[in-house]
Amino acid sequence: MTILAVLLLLPAVLGDSRYLFSVLMNCMGLSLIALGVWLTFTIGRTNICQAGFALIGGYATAIFLAHYHMNFWLALPLSALVAASAGAVIGSFILKLRGIYFSMLTISLTEAIRLAFLNGGDFTQGSRGITDLPQPFGDSVFGLYYLALALLGFGLLLTWRIHYSRVGRIFRAMRLNEDLAESFGTHVWRYRVIAFSVACGLGGLGGSYFAVFTQSIYPQSFSVEHSIYYMLFCFLGGLEFVSGGIVGAFVLTILFELLSQFQQYQTLIYGGLMIAVILLLPNGLMAMTLRRKEVRA
Amino acid sequence: MSAPILEARHVTKRFGGLMANEDINLTLTAPVGQVVSVIGPNGAGKSTLFKMLAGYLKPSSGQILLHGQTITGMSPHRIARLGLVRTFQETTVFPDLTAMEHVSLAHQLHREAHDLEVIFGLPRARGDEIRLSESAREILELMELGAVADTEARHLPQGLLRLLGMAMGLAARPQVLLLDEPYAGLNPDETTRAVNITRKVAASGVSILLVEHDMKAVMAISDRIHVLYFGKKIAEGTPEEIRLDPAVIEAYLGKEDEELGL
Ligand SMILES: Nc1ncnc2c1ncn2[C@@H]1O[C@H](COP(=O)(O)OP(=O)(O)OP(=O)(O)O)[C@@H](O)[C@H]1O
Ligand SMILES: [Mg+2]
Repeated sequence: MTILAVLLLLPAVLGDSRYLFSVLMNCMGLSLIALGVWLTFTIGRTNICQAGFALIGGYATAIFLAHYHMNFWLALPLSALVAASAGAVIGSFILKLRGIYFSMLTISLTEAIRLAFLNGGDFTQGSRGITDLPQPFGDSVFGLYYLALALLGFGLLLTWRIHYSRVGRIFRAMRLNEDLAESFGTHVWRYRVIAFSVACGLGGLGGSYFAVFTQSIYPQSFSVEHSIYYMLFCFLGGLEFVSGGIVGAFVLTILFELLSQFQQYQTLIYGGLMIAVILLLPNGLMAMTLRRKEVRA
Repeated sequence: MSAPILEARHVTKRFGGLMANEDINLTLTAPVGQVVSVIGPNGAGKSTLFKMLAGYLKPSSGQILLHGQTITGMSPHRIARLGLVRTFQETTVFPDLTAMEHVSLAHQLHREAHDLEVIFGLPRARGDEIRLSESAREILELMELGAVADTEARHLPQGLLRLLGMAMGLAARPQVLLLDEPYAGLNPDETTRAVNITRKVAASGVSILLVEHDMKAVMAISDRIHVLYFGKKIAEGTPEEIRLDPAVIEAYLGKEDEELGL
């Protein structure tokens, strides 16, 4: 919440440093996508296909805008809906799997979705991608910045409401013991699909945002590597906290910007960092704030 | 005799070459809460039978009827909706939720609000919460857990957690409750208390089928007892009849006499 408030006021302070804006906008978009991965964690599934659904959302927006000249404000929610529906259909088949089997399958799913767009013929324009997408706010950075903020706020609110409602508790019950949850009448399959579909919808929303942010979409815009990063964001921030994925996305993205001269070592740095976090902070960065609060109380 | 509420007909379960259940017949009558026990040595097939009744395993052959309607092969949540609920031996509970929150959560089948209304906290969902927490409180009182309603599960002793598991089962408002070893790991005082509470639950109109190794408890609580031995039912009758049944004594021969409460 505090983060959102700060982000709301930040533009006034930053003036018009395009670089800083684009870093923050990047963070917000990635956070939105990572929220979906976080939500899939709450039903006890490690989701490594979120990049695939971001790609679906991104391509949906690009196709709506470039081929059908649709209004962006219609294309945005529609793209999220497309991703969510695709998630519901695919999820209803794959969510039976658990643990490593589910994760491995989702990795291949990311790749399968990428290949589908790569070989989509004229419609997706193969590896050339769809470019020169119109920007809804013309030249103004502020417009896109506040769009990202609004989308992130919406995503956070939705995830928050789900997590702290009876539905979120059902999700958690399923994570702890699906048989127990089913014993008192929970339609486990249905709730798994709901969680996954909302998660994919958030991924699609993020993908749609990035498509207009970068004014383009390519098959390699979102790949397996990205899917893995989104998962790492959640681990880093903390799986027990709704804001975990967001905190992780900001910390890792900003950290990487600061270390940009070491670009060739990116994966190495990420890897080392992740090992350190998992060893030293198994519950993520957000757990540190909790511990401090407990000490104070 | 009144009509059976739950009926297993010639139920058989094979795991590869192993006959875990062979041609099991069993009935539970309604409407008075009857307590029927299934006993038998380790590996006799008791849990397997329960899993089939509750939909967690598919029988290899045979039929299971609830209210005369066949439920063979249905998924557990549908069977729960039709009024048959099982509890678990290991009640994996949420350490940070209170007893009250557990039972309220288990009311999944009895809310009116749609999931979307729940997520956005609309009036019907809030109405549900009030109604369901009242119902949860009643169940906790029945289970004699009223005093710990607001205690988090991680602070509850094993004996109370077992009762909490049963309370969660009741939240689905079943007509038939299956309890798999509800008294295992309890000390004699806790067992006596849990047995009395089980009786109360049955008297409130829930028919109970239970698996239990504690013979004293089984003899005290059961209206009828079925004995399984290597997947076959070797005897059925009142506690008195079972105590004197030669086949049962034979099956338990070699064990300490006290196990049968002789
Ligand atoms: N999923 C399974 N696959 C293969 N064999 C199984 C399976 N489940 C149970 N069995 C076997 O079936 C037999 C009956 O097991 P079951 O768990 O029903 O016994 P039980 O009467 O509940 O025993 P206990 O008193 O120890 O709980 C055992 O020999 C067991 O090894
Ligand atoms: Mg057993």
